[in-house]
Amino acid sequence: MNTIATPGRHPAMGNPAPYWNPYLAGFGLGLVLLAAYVIAGRGLGATGAFSTLSAWIANAISPEHALSSSVHARYLANGDTPLTAWLTWLVLGAFVGAAISGFFAGRFSLSIEKGPGVSNGQRLVLAFSGGIIAGIGSRIARGCTSGQALTGAAILNVGSLVFMIAVFVAGYAVAWALRKEWL
Amino acid sequence: MFPLSSTLELSQVASLGLAALLGVGFGFFLEKAGFGSARKLVAVFYLYDMAVVKVMFTAIVTALAGLFLLAAAGALDLAELYVEPTNYPAAIIGGLVFGAGFVIGGYCPGTSVAACATGRLDGMAFLSGIFLAAYGYAELFSGFDAWLSQSARPELTLPALTGLPMGWFVLAFIAVLALAAWGMKAAERRFSGLRP
Repeated sequence: MNTIATPGRHPAMGNPAPYWNPYLAGFGLGLVLLAAYVIAGRGLGATGAFSTLSAWIANAISPEHALSSSVHARYLANGDTPLTAWLTWLVLGAFVGAAISGFFAGRFSLSIEKGPGVSNGQRLVLAFSGGIIAGIGSRIARGCTSGQALTGAAILNVGSLVFMIAVFVAGYAVAWALRKEWL
Repeated sequence: MFPLSSTLELSQVASLGLAALLGVGFGFFLEKAGFGSARKLVAVFYLYDMAVVKVMFTAIVTALAGLFLLAAAGALDLAELYVEPTNYPAAIIGGLVFGAGFVIGGYCPGTSVAACATGRLDGMAFLSGIFLAAYGYAELFSGFDAWLSQSARPELTLPALTGLPMGWFVLAFIAVLALAAWGMKAAERRFSGLRP
């Protein structure tokens, strides 16, 4: 893995361990998803945690204003605060799990992942912009690759399968135009 | 009888603790798959590394087969599982926007958490964008969202849509995965020159 380290920093460890065989990692991920269904009756998710946090912040600033948005209101209606929301803890857990895996595999490094044709600054702007666009997409679709695609497809949810197809259609449609960012 | 949540009244602490534990597994396997790396993720769109599809598809087939077998054995009540309501315009518009953001930003929300956890600054930038979008969407697009909500229909799964039993879809998904595995191997060879 040839990560581009930030100036002044070096990847802390020697050679990082290779990634797992994708089918093996997918099998593990599938067992976690299955366990979520069997234990909690629901699948995985990520972006919902940020909507709960947004609604909580908006409510702390002005409850009237927060309720004037049907989206904030939806997340306030179930009575969750960021600290009592299921997805918040799932996301915090995911952070810890990834940190454990990455650290012991020698993959932790303060660095920027990018293609050879863009600068660090350009990459950060693109990552931030892409995050905003993907974030809006996930709010429109009521879920992201975890909460909608993965979770829904495992139970053959038709809407989730349609979402997943749309994600890949758009991804392949814009990939060639964006090749200078990645290739 | 599973799911546990339907037969057992879990305390809030227990429920949130289980969420954290499941999250640890979720993040662990995402990182092991290489999904803390933006270049590994977007490679799927340039066909030289299809790990994203391999991992996702295998995870879906694993969970799907597990749900089917547990239900067939009478250990799991599928009707008790939460299924997101179907909303075609939301799925299509949201999916198209999301897919563009995926390639531009290099991550999806869950994988950007794995990237942050392993020190990737671009992952942190992406995740900041996700949070800003969640807040901004609620502030600026709540009218659009309410309009979109009118298209919501009750939950709909492939067996309900087609009338075919779930087992057929399990077999079909396994068959498609086997076929796709072969196809992806060929694609990776064919496009290996695109690897930067």
